Amino acid sequence: MLKALWSGKTLPVLVVSAILIGLWYVGAILLNGDMQRDAFANANNTNYTFTDLVIGTWSQERPKLPAPDQILAELQKTVIDTAPTSKRSLVYHGTVTLAATLLGFLIGSALGMVLAILVVHVRSLDKSLMPWVVASQTIPIIALAPMIIVIMNQFDITGLVPKSIIAAYLSFFPVTVGMVKGLRSPDPLQLDLMRTYSASRIQTFFKLRIPASVPFLFASLKVGVAASLVGTVVAELTKSEDGGFGARLLAGSYYGQTIQIWAALFAAAACAWALVSLIGLLDRAVTKAMGAR
Amino acid sequence: MARYNLLLAFGGAAAIFAAVGSYTLDVPVSLFDDHAITRLIFGIVGVTALRQSGEPDVTGPQRWNVPFGSLVIAIELISLAHSEGVRAWGFYAAAFAFWLLAWRAVDVILAEQAPRGRNRLLSDLAVPLIFGFTLVVLWEVLARGLQIPMVILPAPSAILGKLFTSLPTLGADFMQTIQGILGGYVIGCGAGILVAVLIDRVPFLQRGLLPLGNLVSALPIVGVAPIMVMWFGFDWQSKAAVVVVMTFFPQLVNTVAGLSAAGAMERDLMKTYAASYGQTLFALRLPSALPFIFNGLKINSTLALIGAIVAEFFGTPIVGMGFRINTEVGRMNIDMVWATIVVAALCGSLFYGILAFIEKRVTFWHASYRQGA
Repeated sequence: MLKALWSGKTLPVLVVSAILIGLWYVGAILLNGDMQRDAFANANNTNYTFTDLVIGTWSQERPKLPAPDQILAELQKTVIDTAPTSKRSLVYHGTVTLAATLLGFLIGSALGMVLAILVVHVRSLDKSLMPWVVASQTIPIIALAPMIIVIMNQFDITGLVPKSIIAAYLSFFPVTVGMVKGLRSPDPLQLDLMRTYSASRIQTFFKLRIPASVPFLFASLKVGVAASLVGTVVAELTKSEDGGFGARLLAGSYYGQTIQIWAALFAAAACAWALVSLIGLLDRAVTKAMGAR
Repeated sequence: MARYNLLLAFGGAAAIFAAVGSYTLDVPVSLFDDHAITRLIFGIVGVTALRQSGEPDVTGPQRWNVPFGSLVIAIELISLAHSEGVRAWGFYAAAFAFWLLAWRAVDVILAEQAPRGRNRLLSDLAVPLIFGFTLVVLWEVLARGLQIPMVILPAPSAILGKLFTSLPTLGADFMQTIQGILGGYVIGCGAGILVAVLIDRVPFLQRGLLPLGNLVSALPIVGVAPIMVMWFGFDWQSKAAVVVVMTFFPQLVNTVAGLSAAGAMERDLMKTYAASYGQTLFALRLPSALPFIFNGLKINSTLALIGAIVAEFFGTPIVGMGFRINTEVGRMNIDMVWATIVVAALCGSLFYGILAFIEKRVTFWHASYRQGA
C-alpha cells in the first residue's frame, strides 16, 4: 500500500504541491517583511516578536505577495458569498470570459478542421498555405488583439464577438496543424488496403482518415482551448468595460489590489483546467465509443 | 471529352473582361484611353490562358507563359490601384484574374517538382513565397482600390512606408522589448534545464513535478504580468520576470522527457564501460536529450515574445513594442500598429530560425535530420 503510494503519481504530486505552498508562505514573509516592519514602525510598535511579524506578513491588506489562504478567502468571498449577478462576483466575470472563450473556440476549431481537410485534399493549398500556418506559430499573433478590438468597434461590432475572434484565431492554428497531422497519419499500407477495396476518396476519408485523426484532434483541441482562454483574457485587457478575468486583472493592477489579481488568476487557471479536463473526458468517451481498448 | 483547366479558363476569361472593362465608374469604356497598354497586356495574357486551358498538358517553355503573365498583371494592377478614381468592374476582374492565374502558377511549379534535391528545396520555398506575394498584392490592390480607410486596414505599401519613416522609434521599441525577452528567456530556460537535471536523480520529485508542469502549461500564465510589473517596476526587468515564469515549465517538462530518451541499449553500454552517473549524463543522456531541449527552446521563443509584449500592456517606460501597439491603437494610428507587428513577426521568425539553425548544427546525428541523406 505504502509502496504503491510512493511509486504512484498522487503522493508525489501532493508532496511537491505542499513544498510549493510552503515556499509560497516563506516568499510572502520575505516579500512583505519590509512593509510589515514599516507598518510596525509607523504604529510605534518596537517590541514585536518574530511571530507577530510573520502573522502580519500573511494578513496585509495589499501585500506584495498574498498568502494562499488570503487568496482562498478572497475567492470564497467573490465566488460563493457574492451574488453571481453582481459585478463584484468572480462567477459573473467567469461567465463573461467563458462565453467568449467557448464561442471563439468553437469558431476557431471548426475553421481549423475545415482548413485541415482542404489542405489534405488540395495539393496547392498544402504546399502554399501550410508553411505559413506553421510559420505563424513562431510570431506573437496575440499582438494583434488590441487592434482587432478597435477595428471591430469601427464596424459597431461589440460584445462577445470581437473577443471571440481573437480567441478563435489563437485556437485555430494548433487545431489546423494537429488535424493535418492526424488526417495524414494512416500509413501507406492502410491507404493501399482502402484502394484494394476500391474505396472512393470520400469513403477513405470517412472510414480511415477521420478515425485515424481523432487522437491528434483531441490533443490539439486541448492546446486550442487553453490558447482560446489566453486570447480572451488578453482581449479583455483592451475591452475591459464588459468585465471578465482580464478586466479584473487590469482593475486590480490599477488600484494595487494584489489579492484581487491573484484571485482572478486562480479562477482563470481553474477555468483553463476545467476546460482542458472536459476535452480530456470527451476524448476518452469518443475513443471508447470508437472501440479502443 | 476534352478536359479544360478551370483555373486557366476562368482566369483567362477574367483577364479578357479586365482588358475591355471600365476601370473608373461613370467613365465610358474606350479601348484607347490612358490605360491602352494595360488593356493590351491583360488581353494578351487572357488569350494565352484561354488557349492553354483547352490543352491537356502544356509542356516546353510555353508552360511559363501564364505564370509570367500573372506577374505582369500584378504589376499593372498595383499601378492601377495607385491611380485616382473610383474602381469599377474591370478593375475587380483584373484582381480576380491575377488570383486565379497565380494559383495556376503554383500548380505549374508543383507539377515540375522534383522528388528531392536542390530543385525540390527551391520549389518548396518558391510556392509559399508566391502564395504570400499573391496575398500581399491582393491586399495592396483591394486596400488601395476600394479605398479602405487607413484606420481599418492600411495597404502594405503604407505599412512599409511607415516602417521606414519611423525606424528610430521602432528600433528603440525593439531594443527595449528584446532586453526583457532575452533576459527572461535565458533565465527561464536555463532554470528549466537545470532543475530538470537536478531532479533527475530523484524520480519521486519528477513524478510530482511533471503533472504540475503539464497543468501549468495549459494555464493563462500571461496573467501574472500585472503582478510582475508591481514587483519589478515598469522597466524591462518585470517583462523578463513574466518571461521567466512562462518559459520555465515548458523547458522543464521537455528536458525531463529528453533525459529519458536514451535507449536501454546505450545505457547498458555505458554501464559496461563502468561510466559514472556524471559521465553517462554528459556523454549520453544530455546529447540524446538535445532534440527535446531544442523543442522546448523553440516553443519558448514564441512564449517569450508573447509574455514580453503582453506585459508591456500593463505599463512600461514610454517605449517598447507592446506599449507602442497599445498607444497607437488608442490614437488610431493603425499603420504604426501594423509596422510594429511586422517588427515583432520578423523578430519572432528570426529568433525561431536561429534556434532551428543551431539545432540542425548540434543535432545533425538525429534521425529527423538524416532522412534522404
